[in-house]
Amino acid sequence: MKIVSLSELRVGESAIIEEITDQWSSIKLIEMGCLPGEKVTVKLAAPFHDPIAIEVCGNLISLRKDEAHSILVKILP
Amino acid sequence: MSEKLKITLIGNPNTGKSSLFNALTGLNQRIANFPGITVEKTTGYFQLPNGQGVHLTDMPGTYSLYPKSKDEAVPFEVLTNPHHTLYPHLVIFVADSANLKRNLVLLTQIIDLRLPVILVLNMMDQSMAQGYEINIEELKSYLGIPIIPMNARKKEGVIELIKTIEKGVDVSPCTFINTEKPAPIPLDTLKEQLHLCNSYQALLSLQQSIVHIDEKHQYFRPALDDMKANYNFDPGVWQREDLLFRYKRVFEILKQFVHQKYEPAFKRRQEKLDKILTHKIGGYLIFFAILFLIFQAVFSWAEYPMHLIETSVSATQHWLHHHLPKGILNELFTDGVLSGLGGVLVFIPQIAFLFFFIGLMEDTGYLARVAFMMDKLMRGFGLNGKSVIPLISGTACAVPAILATRNIEHKKSRLITILVTPLMSCSARLPVYILLIGLVIPDSNILGILSLRGLVLMGMYLLGFLSAIGSAWVFKLFMNIKEKQYFILELPVYRTPNWNNVWITVFKKVKTFVFQAGKIIVAIAILLWFLASFGPPKKFEKINAHFDSLRVSKTMNESQLDAAFRSEKLQNSYAGVLGKTIQPVIKPLGYDWKIGIAIITSFAAREVFVGTMATLYGIEGEEPDISKLKDSMRNAHYENSNVKVYTTATVISLLIFYAFALQCMSTIAVTYRETASWKWALLQFTFMGTLAYLASFIVFHILK
Repeated sequence: MKIVSLSELRVGESAIIEEITDQWSSIKLIEMGCLPGEKVTVKLAAPFHDPIAIEVCGNLISLRKDEAHSILVKILP
Repeated sequence: MSEKLKITLIGNPNTGKSSLFNALTGLNQRIANFPGITVEKTTGYFQLPNGQGVHLTDMPGTYSLYPKSKDEAVPFEVLTNPHHTLYPHLVIFVADSANLKRNLVLLTQIIDLRLPVILVLNMMDQSMAQGYEINIEELKSYLGIPIIPMNARKKEGVIELIKTIEKGVDVSPCTFINTEKPAPIPLDTLKEQLHLCNSYQALLSLQQSIVHIDEKHQYFRPALDDMKANYNFDPGVWQREDLLFRYKRVFEILKQFVHQKYEPAFKRRQEKLDKILTHKIGGYLIFFAILFLIFQAVFSWAEYPMHLIETSVSATQHWLHHHLPKGILNELFTDGVLSGLGGVLVFIPQIAFLFFFIGLMEDTGYLARVAFMMDKLMRGFGLNGKSVIPLISGTACAVPAILATRNIEHKKSRLITILVTPLMSCSARLPVYILLIGLVIPDSNILGILSLRGLVLMGMYLLGFLSAIGSAWVFKLFMNIKEKQYFILELPVYRTPNWNNVWITVFKKVKTFVFQAGKIIVAIAILLWFLASFGPPKKFEKINAHFDSLRVSKTMNESQLDAAFRSEKLQNSYAGVLGKTIQPVIKPLGYDWKIGIAIITSFAAREVFVGTMATLYGIEGEEPDISKLKDSMRNAHYENSNVKVYTTATVISLLIFYAFALQCMSTIAVTYRETASWKWALLQFTFMGTLAYLASFIVFHILK
């Protein structure tokens, strides 16, 4: 399966989180439920696909493109 | 009972903590700042049935005890420092029962701090609607702490909570610390060295390497640093591992005790709402429609209560003026204190309306969507999605608007938002704009329907907004604060509003405004009253003598005489002297010394400009007739010349001046308080003043 960054997913697509490459924002993301191994779905996108809103661990979370960029995921078919 | 029980309310954001706080304490709450920092501290008081008093503190919502913002630092400070004045006897942990995965992570941290804790499973109705089944009895015995199912918005479960508090709570026997990964640390040694009560406190202290090392214990710092080096302790790595470990434990627990029976229709409704409200076109249209409604309320509906307040204050002034013994105290009280008080009270309706809507948007979960939609746009100007609300609030009053910047975590964005918010056209500018626009803009229509004056007024609001974001952009370029910014924001579940919460928000904001800005406005009003009522004694004696003789000769009637006397006195008062002193400075903008006086008196609040003008031009009566004032202003000439003062050039220049200059002591004071430094308050005052001066100068010379 292909590993891409979360920012490349379109609205409605789901994936499994592999790892978070940015050490600094990773703690905040983990707190909010973005854990490696969890399923993540892109739910909403503002114009220019930035920020996007993802569903993970039962929460709806808004992130900027940069932050989504640091989350590596495995796309689910 | 003697000592009050100290209880702290803690939980993730959006778990209904405030609802529970409001249910427990009602209006019996106090808002203050935590000492030294600008994080709001809400404390309240209530009594248990057995008479024991409870001192309840509401903590800002946080996801873990690893603080990343000022707000989150507070719960960390309070809960990990046994010497803190707010260190609780008991913690009430409020969890969203439909979202236990994330909520319980913070709970495990609190349990590791060995604090007695009650777990409140809030929003049970929602978790049931979402098909969750929680085995509360077994979870209770597993965690070894009391668990109260609750619907705080409906006050269900509050009585059980109170009973449990009264019974007393033991510390949970569970531990969740991962002491093995990434590196084992001799926590017991550390604990003893730092005189802390438990290992997790020690670990947290190591990880933050600051906190309770007060003056007395400064010498621990090297020991901590040594320990960090010896054990290769990287706080970031450690926090990450710790959180992952806790999540794993929580997942195990939830697998045992919580089951989701079915996929709910609830979720589909939420998603549908989001598709509409955050739609790439429709979402913005809805937001602008809501904005329009808010403006309608603030500027049109609020007019009635404002008028009522104005007339009752001036009636009171009038009555007291005639019924209190005549003399200086009478004048100090009626013209100084009461007019200052009136200047404060008159803003209450607008602020109440504004925060009613903001409270409503926040309580329903819509506000986070606004931040989501606006973030990209605002980011280009050095702001972020959360700056939208302070900027909108700025159209009512900059003081509560600046207070509303507190939830912006990113320091630079928050600072820029604070600095530019006063450029938004606040309601105190409105009377000034209306007077000045009426002076030179003809009362005609464009295309038959649009009033020209209305258009110019709208242009002033637009100017305020454009100058605010333009300045934000300039600050973004020059401000040298390197702090990594993230905008990770939870979009909470939509809920029907809880009116009780909304009203309490309105009440708190109005109270904050009255006490924050009010104190300053009244004090400045008294100072200005002094400056405007007293002058160099010799001149005043002359005026008194002159008017005494006029009174005897009876060439003017009583009210004409009174108006002329007040005008003469103001012109020769200290304020008059000041106005004349600054004349050379403001002459290039087209202003005479009378405008100078009005600019000075405007520092109490900008709308004072109108009253000052009325006094200067000797308009009679308690409530000056604006059309008479306009006539007098139209006929006014510069001193010793036959050139008219209020030409289009001067008036537009004055409009621009009032749009840009920071003539508001309350804003200066609140900026100082919120940034905790005079540097930013001064910078704000100077940049707005410079902008005002240059823009007015250019406009005057172009139009002249």
